[in-house]
Amino acid sequence: MRDTLPMKNTSATPLGLGAKRVPSGSLQAWLPRLVLAPSVAISLFFVYGFMLWTFVLSLTSSRMLPSYDFVGFGQYARLMANERWWVASTNLMIFGVLFVLICLVIGAFLAILLDQKIRQEGALRTIYLYPMALSFIVTGVVWKWLLNPQLGIQAMVQSWGFESFRFDWIVDPDMAIYTLVIAAVWQASGFVMALFLAGLRGIDDSIVKAAQLDGASLPRIYWRVVMPCLRPVVFSAVMILAHIAIKSFDLVVALTGGGPGYATDLPATFMYAHAFTRAQIGLGSASAMLMLGGVLAILIPYLYSELRSRKHG
Amino acid sequence: MLTFKKTTLALALAGATLATAAHANEVEVLHWWTSGGEARAANVLKELMEAEGYGWQDFAVAGGGGETAMTVLKSRAMSGNPPSAAQIKGPEIQEWGELGLLGDLNEVADAESWDELLPEVVADIMRYDDQYVAVPVNVHRVNWLWANPAVLEAAGVEMPTTLDEFFAAGEAIREAGYVPLAHGGQAWQDATVFESVVLGGQGSEFYQQALVELDPEALGGEQMVAALEDFKRTRELMDEGMSGRDWNIATAMVIEGTAGMQLMGDWAKGEFTAAGLTAGEDYLCAAAPGTEDAFTFNIDSLAMFRVASDNEREAQQVLARLVLEPTFQEAFNLAKGSIPARPDLDMSEFDSCAQQSLADFQRTAEEGGLVPSMAHGMAVRADVQGAIFDVVTNYFNDANMPAEEAAQRMVRAAQAAAF
Repeated sequence: MRDTLPMKNTSATPLGLGAKRVPSGSLQAWLPRLVLAPSVAISLFFVYGFMLWTFVLSLTSSRMLPSYDFVGFGQYARLMANERWWVASTNLMIFGVLFVLICLVIGAFLAILLDQKIRQEGALRTIYLYPMALSFIVTGVVWKWLLNPQLGIQAMVQSWGFESFRFDWIVDPDMAIYTLVIAAVWQASGFVMALFLAGLRGIDDSIVKAAQLDGASLPRIYWRVVMPCLRPVVFSAVMILAHIAIKSFDLVVALTGGGPGYATDLPATFMYAHAFTRAQIGLGSASAMLMLGGVLAILIPYLYSELRSRKHG
Repeated sequence: MLTFKKTTLALALAGATLATAAHANEVEVLHWWTSGGEARAANVLKELMEAEGYGWQDFAVAGGGGETAMTVLKSRAMSGNPPSAAQIKGPEIQEWGELGLLGDLNEVADAESWDELLPEVVADIMRYDDQYVAVPVNVHRVNWLWANPAVLEAAGVEMPTTLDEFFAAGEAIREAGYVPLAHGGQAWQDATVFESVVLGGQGSEFYQQALVELDPEALGGEQMVAALEDFKRTRELMDEGMSGRDWNIATAMVIEGTAGMQLMGDWAKGEFTAAGLTAGEDYLCAAAPGTEDAFTFNIDSLAMFRVASDNEREAQQVLARLVLEPTFQEAFNLAKGSIPARPDLDMSEFDSCAQQSLADFQRTAEEGGLVPSMAHGMAVRADVQGAIFDVVTNYFNDANMPAEEAAQRMVRAAQAAAF
């Protein structure tokens, strides 16, 4: 459509119908907006409209079905008094921080090793990247079996004769949250490796050569020369990993089911349980709004820095 | 642009057809009887409806415990287009009733004299504001103890009838080299064991006060502390691989003889039957220890929504009548492992466990001891149930929480959940 219109326009001018140029020119200006309007309207309605609706619901006493009996910030107060919510939030902190940090460290380390111009690099890269192709549900189920003390790693090592070996984190309420970190790191660190590898390949060889001439050792070159060049990569990796962490739902459901007890509950599973199975839509909406707040706290600085750098660039 | 319009038109038309899907003389039934045996059982009802000249529109939504089905139902109800009948149970019937969405079944209830047919406790659940709004489909008993006789024999113990015997038997089974109690570490399974232990140790009167009426003195009192301590002791009888295990895997452990016993509702029987075992010979069933004179019930029911047309209303009444008629009750419950909701049926087709279940159902209905199951959403509203689940499962899995603290938390949970 965009192609055909300017053609009409040019053919109209020689016929002396220049007056038409103005309206068709404005049509030309409006057309992209018209074409985009449905999708903008749809996302306004279904994304922002429902966000607003969730916010409205979080101010009501809604239980099984939405109602509009407003109770102010009562649901937020209840949420703050809810012990399980605090367990879920603390878990998100532990899980988020450890997951992002360990993924970065392992990802960067693997990328550096692969960057040593080794043979079969393509095959190795694929092997490390493949876990990312699995869904979190598959990862969760596989690790659930591996971590099960009577089926998995513990049983295997014990059967080798190390009777006293214990690795039963998944049944220990204090340690179970770390099993989520293990599974998530296994899944995502290969992806971080790929990001870093792309970054490493973008670094000019001559910088490294210059450092070598100056007599810097290899670890020193990576730490003082290469890594500082990779800051944008670290930044994108943190953004991607952080939102994976906040949205984590399927991994918890498949790996621990939130258990033992509710020791591995995350805000997303908390929200689902309360809004959809426990008939507390008001409370569930309040927790959803707080999660949205958490995502925005990460997203806004990111967008801000992105937009600012684009203006300067 | 034209194609776009066409699509919208088609979509709108499709929407319109969907909206008027439940025609006159037809019932649309939302349920989650989707597993093999259950689906066949639901099909019996469909055939009965059709034999009477009414249409049956199946609206089966698969998904564990009906959570998905409930979400679908809520969205249908919100858009003002609920199905004619839906599988809703326990206090949820009251919640839907409060929303003014349910229609009454008084005509058919009067004609079939449900007041006499159904035990009072059951009838109460089916009524909202003294009107019948739902019809019971079946009765599950939750307080069952299942056991593998070979394992019991190897350990030299009998089927335990009190909690003390139960713990003693558990120790003996462990010494014989088996897992004493098969269990899956999921909140609802923890709660299932918990309520059986409360009932077994403290009796049905206390159970009623604490877990049904939510009396704070009972919930925070000494008896609850004692019950919680017993509950914690059952954990010592379980294996450490139980985390997140499904209930039927736990049942399989009893079937295979790696575990001795399991505390689970009578749906576990379906697993034993499917493995080709015979009740009383290859597997044993008994009331959970100490609960011989009690019966925790979990009743599936179909609630009827208020409908506009007289034809559809008529079809609803016929559906309600057929559900309680012996043909369907027998066929459905044989397939599902539960017992009929009406106590006057010939039970010769059923196995010994079901026969005992029905006898106990009638006895406890008359003598007292028939109580709704908290763990299966029959006793309290979903939010209170969830809050109690949180306390129960947290206490069960936390080695350091004293029973007194758990009891206090339970009092708070019962109060805080109600807004």
